[in-house]
Amino acid sequence: MTRTRSAGPAPQALAPQAPPAAAAATNGAPAGGPSGDRGLHRHLLREMLLQRRFEERCAEAYALGKIGGFCHLYIGQEGTGTGAISVLRDDDYVITTYRDHAQAIARGIPPRAVMAELFGKATGCSHGKGGSMHLFSRERNFLGGHGIVAGNIPIATGVAFAIKYRGGDQVCLCFFGEAAVNNGAFHEALNMAGLWRLPVIYIIENNRYGMGTALERASAINDIAERARAYNMPRSVVDGQDVLTVRAVVGEAVERARREQLPTLIEARTYRFMGHSMSDAVSGTYRSKAELEEHLKRDPIALLRARMHERGEITDEEVAQLDAEVRAVCEDAWQFADSSPEPTLDALTSDVTAETESTAGAPIAAARS
Amino acid sequence: MAVVTYRDALNQALREEMERDERVFLMGEEVAVYQGAYKVSKGLLQEFGDRRVIDTPITELGFAGVGVGAAMVGLRPVVEFMTWNFAVLALDQVVNSAAKMLYMSGGQFPIPIVFRGPSGAALQLAAQHSQAWESWLMHIPGLKVVTPGTPADAKGLLKSAVRDGNPVLVLEGEMLYNTRGEVPEGEHVVPIGVAELKREGEHCSLITNGKMVLVALQAADQLAKEGIRIDVVDLRTVRPMDVAAITASVRKTNRAVVLEEGWEVCGIGAQVVDYVQRECFDDLDAPVLRVHQVDTPMPYAKNLERAAKPDAAKTIAAIKRVLYLDS
Ligand SMILES: Cc1ncc(C[n+]2csc(CCOP(=O)(O)OP(=O)(O)O)c2C)c(N)n1
Ligand SMILES: [Mg+2]
Repeated sequence: MTRTRSAGPAPQALAPQAPPAAAAATNGAPAGGPSGDRGLHRHLLREMLLQRRFEERCAEAYALGKIGGFCHLYIGQEGTGTGAISVLRDDDYVITTYRDHAQAIARGIPPRAVMAELFGKATGCSHGKGGSMHLFSRERNFLGGHGIVAGNIPIATGVAFAIKYRGGDQVCLCFFGEAAVNNGAFHEALNMAGLWRLPVIYIIENNRYGMGTALERASAINDIAERARAYNMPRSVVDGQDVLTVRAVVGEAVERARREQLPTLIEARTYRFMGHSMSDAVSGTYRSKAELEEHLKRDPIALLRARMHERGEITDEEVAQLDAEVRAVCEDAWQFADSSPEPTLDALTSDVTAETESTAGAPIAAARS
Repeated sequence: MAVVTYRDALNQALREEMERDERVFLMGEEVAVYQGAYKVSKGLLQEFGDRRVIDTPITELGFAGVGVGAAMVGLRPVVEFMTWNFAVLALDQVVNSAAKMLYMSGGQFPIPIVFRGPSGAALQLAAQHSQAWESWLMHIPGLKVVTPGTPADAKGLLKSAVRDGNPVLVLEGEMLYNTRGEVPEGEHVVPIGVAELKREGEHCSLITNGKMVLVALQAADQLAKEGIRIDVVDLRTVRPMDVAAITASVRKTNRAVVLEEGWEVCGIGAQVVDYVQRECFDDLDAPVLRVHQVDTPMPYAKNLERAAKPDAAKTIAAIKRVLYLDS
């Protein structure tokens, strides 16, 4: 079923100073440590900058009608996805929600293939059949953006079940918003993960709102990571605007999942700088301008950049150069998407059902993947 | 050939497929220690261990999703619903995840999974436990829906379902588990999407599926005594439907009745009738009639329940009407 995609180079190929071995082992992020810090920080900064510029272009494309349907931007939340995904191996899994563009890029789906998907083109990472909310890549073990709130949580749990069934040491990273923790699927899934000790890391991206409903108006408790107690599960709360802390906390959870096959619930406190989707006001209805401005001061990209400045890890010129580089990547993605062909009409009726593999009687082992 | 119950036929299919393919596992409420609410999984825990026969909490949505996730990365889950009535809680995962994943991923993620369990009414279980779900489920592109009516079909269709690369829903019958029939030992695979002529005749086509196959055969037996010989077309799979088998029979008999267990509105019969009017318009000598459950929730009282359900007498009456023998 897997098809090869014609798409540009994966972002990690462009990552500055990423030692190839480390890049392969950790989703493009060079290993940390005293001497490796600078390379790691530059890598993370570049990743976040790329996502930011990419989504700014998405907003532009949406206004021009090149992107249709729903389009949920991640701007403001890049620290969480980038930090978390940076600790993964290539053979780990990521599954997320409709707010998936930046995480798809962080996971190494080429920006070209993501933009082409948003433009509804045959060269998109889901061949133009998924769109903004349903980015997928078998090659990158990116198990999709999912459009039903909390629907991806039981699926992540099943992926972890399969990992354990096969005796592997991979993990599954599952992202969802704080509003999803009030949904039954969250509780059903976490109960089974706790009960069966499955290697899954649930990351609540607490951006304080589910559309226009503030957390306090929807949840009986405000410290939502506490819900992990009900499922006998380790938990952490982390500043989602601080990519390095996210990396550290998720890294610990991932190690625990690999070694002890224990799930973890992590609440990353973050904030979205844009509206819920493209149709609502950024502020003025359910949240005030003053609140938004307060949060804009904690931009994950600015925070990392300031820290790198302080430590002499980057100059203004280098930042400008990085920025120019990622803008060029986004422009290239746009051009690629814009000039790509639409899906042919036979795509309408393909992939509804899969060809069934041979039903011959040979025994089949559940090979470790 | 050995005569076995429908229950044991399903059990054989599960055992053989689990032996054959280590990726296959069984998950659901009471499937392991309790040996299955209807004993379909009897002995499987003892044979395959708790890695592959897994009792779940009462969490239909959750474990249906666990199955989808496991299938997404290459396992072949068989998810048992204690009954399809409870599967309604899981339909988000069946409909929004399993059925659409291949399509919305542009062909990258097939979901080879079986969801199975009893559907339809048993005896006096009242409104919440007596529903036939075929027509809901067959509406959804991306799903396959099979409804075996005999032990041989139960075994053969379940084996095909496990080997299929897609979500296959197996709707069994609570009232069928104890029925007996000849079942080939070992490799016996019934292809999905292929109907079977369970009785051959010439005067009318009776098109049916699942538990109603037995009712149809009863009706055919009684009519035969009066010299009326009918085709009984057992659809076996309701999605994808074997339209060729329906039209071949109707072109021969020029009359048709559709018998189904569930309600009339948007039922299986509505779809069958549409195929018939499109493909056999000039072949028909009478309007096509339908026999189905009365359009109410299922009552508890014995007499009311009997009145609500489709049965052989109602089926015979319908056939006589299309033969213009009812006046
Ligand atoms: C089951 C379900 N109900 C409602 C919706 C409509 N909806 C889409 S996003 C959303 C808010 C979700 O908020 P949250 O989980 O906090 O994620 P965020 O959008 O903040 O990232 C709602 C209500 C949906 N997609 N699925
Ligand atoms: Mg939110």
